[in-house]
Amino acid sequence: MDAIFLQILNGLDKGGAYALIALGLTLAFGTLGVVNFAHGALFMLGAFCTVGFNKILTLEKVALDPTKMTAWGTPLEVRTPYVETWFGDFGAFLVDYSVPVSLIVVIPLMLLVGIAMERGLIRHFYKRPHADQILVTFGLAIVLQELIKHYFGANPIPQSVPEIVSGSANIGSWFGLGDSLVYPWWRLVYFGFSAVVIFSVFAFLKFTTFGMVVRAGMFDREQVSMLGINIEKRFTIVFGLAAVVAGVAGAMYTPILPPDYHIGMEFLVLSFVVVVVGGMGSLGGAVTAGFLLGILQSFSSMNEIKSILPGIDQIIIYLVAVVVLLAMPRGLMGRKGVMED
Amino acid sequence: MNQGSLFKDLMLFLVFAGVVLAAPVLLAPLGANYPDLLQKFAIFGIFAIGFNILFGLTGYLSFGHAAFLGVGSYASVWVFKLLSMNVIPAVIFSVIVSGLFAFLIGFVSLRRSGIYFSILTLAFAQMSYNLAYSVLTPITNGETGLQIRQLAPSDRAADYVLNLRDEDLRILDQAFGVVEHGIPITNLFGIKMSGYPGFYFCAVLLILAFGLSILIARSNFGMMLKAIKSNQNRLSYTGINTRPYLIAAFVISGMFAGLSGSLLAVTDPLAGAERMQWTASGEVVLMTILGGAGTLVGPVLGATLIKFFENIFSAINDNVLQGVYSFLPDGLREAAVAVSGLFVGSGWHLTLGLLFMIIVIFLPGGLMQGFELITGRFKRKAKAETPSQQSKQPAE
Repeated sequence: MDAIFLQILNGLDKGGAYALIALGLTLAFGTLGVVNFAHGALFMLGAFCTVGFNKILTLEKVALDPTKMTAWGTPLEVRTPYVETWFGDFGAFLVDYSVPVSLIVVIPLMLLVGIAMERGLIRHFYKRPHADQILVTFGLAIVLQELIKHYFGANPIPQSVPEIVSGSANIGSWFGLGDSLVYPWWRLVYFGFSAVVIFSVFAFLKFTTFGMVVRAGMFDREQVSMLGINIEKRFTIVFGLAAVVAGVAGAMYTPILPPDYHIGMEFLVLSFVVVVVGGMGSLGGAVTAGFLLGILQSFSSMNEIKSILPGIDQIIIYLVAVVVLLAMPRGLMGRKGVMED
Repeated sequence: MNQGSLFKDLMLFLVFAGVVLAAPVLLAPLGANYPDLLQKFAIFGIFAIGFNILFGLTGYLSFGHAAFLGVGSYASVWVFKLLSMNVIPAVIFSVIVSGLFAFLIGFVSLRRSGIYFSILTLAFAQMSYNLAYSVLTPITNGETGLQIRQLAPSDRAADYVLNLRDEDLRILDQAFGVVEHGIPITNLFGIKMSGYPGFYFCAVLLILAFGLSILIARSNFGMMLKAIKSNQNRLSYTGINTRPYLIAAFVISGMFAGLSGSLLAVTDPLAGAERMQWTASGEVVLMTILGGAGTLVGPVLGATLIKFFENIFSAINDNVLQGVYSFLPDGLREAAVAVSGLFVGSGWHLTLGLLFMIIVIFLPGGLMQGFELITGRFKRKAKAETPSQQSKQPAE
């Protein structure tokens, strides 16, 4: 029982990441009708924004302390981050909370990146075949990935979580399941965070006038523009929003999986599968499929299941995708008429 | 087919064959005339030709073609291990195995089209890649990669209780009494497949593959594939079942990929799973697009260019750049080295990505389209000068 519960939890934070990326991906499908292979790269950019932010915060001043000696007889080096010398306790707080605080930087930056990407590149590909869209965004993904590799190196860069959520939560005791069920706090935080982001995106689309226009545009783009609404401009902003969602998903994921330049591609392939399983252009489908596949993946990596079906954990997601695509061509919740040409 | 285009195709084939066979001489000024690189050109040329039969003719974008390449490599190395170091059985066996594999994947994937097809092929390729690394380790030898080894001692071989990871069997070679010293090299009836003989073996296969692709493109079958690309719905409405044609194209294309995988194993009898990764599939897409999808020569051209520039660019390092920019003043030189250092050496992939984007944005038809644009401009000029000839030309 505990093991099953633990696997569900394991699936939730991974599923959260899949769902967030897939959400942006399917938003871009639904609005712009663009297959964006560079979406994983946006996830990676978000993660490296956090890494960069953390690097800047922890720039250190090295001072020699002549009163103390190291074991080698040289004066002890005292390293203090500049922010701590400048801001004191607040500086220390900033360093501790660098991952969540970095969202302040990540959000506007990713919005800019997304809008620039749409205006500069994707806009010219609306009328081109999907194959061309895939290819050009694939090229862009390689470029972004290599740039990051050049500036941050090829090795994964671990990020630490704030002190207060660094331990593990004793979840078992909350539900009276015994003490064996412990789970890292940050992963719970990530799940909560992804839920909040998903709900705010839905609320934004559902309850604001802007969202209403966007939904109308997804339904019938020409009709909306005939009503005198500049739908192109809104779609650009939606694309920026999708970039932000991918970016914050990446930024908050850094403590769970140390980011390297490959992380975007790995998540991209998986989230594409998620989008296809959920149904092209269906937001609810993307979220459901994201969590579903995340949980399925963590279940299949249980030893009990692996001993019956060896290797199943490696291929389960793709296997599900193949089965779903063949049985339900539109995915779990796909709308009619989206990406069927 | 009228006589004119038949003659043109024959000429194209002969010129192509001539260029490939003379490649060691022709590419000498570029410094690319050593056999290893030439062999790579030929192998990836075959891969791209095969990919083009699917993507160029039918428009179905497969993102998992590297899987067939990998399967071909594994199959070849197994033949080397079990039967003979002669390349003929290995090549034949690889083509058959990858053809079967392509049939299985194609049969399922081709139930969908467009982006769904791309995702399905990608999913299958990733599955093969992941399995090759994990469960199939007894067959693929996991991360180490499958290698040929020394022959097992004959007394043990008779019992069939040997560890194939460390010892090989090579039944045919032993039957014909081939004596091995250490780890053997692949051969074609005694001719060692390294250096120029190796290149010419690949070159002959490349020429054959090219000839086959011309035949396919000009045949009724090829016509049908092109019809699928231009309007599959209309084709279905006329009562034609397009799936058998698509599956045939997919299998042929998979067999070409298997052949090139097998040739990779011939040049270096080591097969690893990384050959199946989806970035490898992306590379062949890029080769085809760069040269020009749907054209005959384009894919080979694209493959050659990419492998050539990969070879040149990845060899350049900062020291070389310092030398190149030595005429600049100090500060400027450092800046120039820093900027161009991004694009060479390990940053070669960045150049590749940029090239990819530029080609897709400005020249979706690839380099062949570029040539046509240029020659078309000249022709138009020539036509404008002699307007009387223009009216005589038949309408196309």
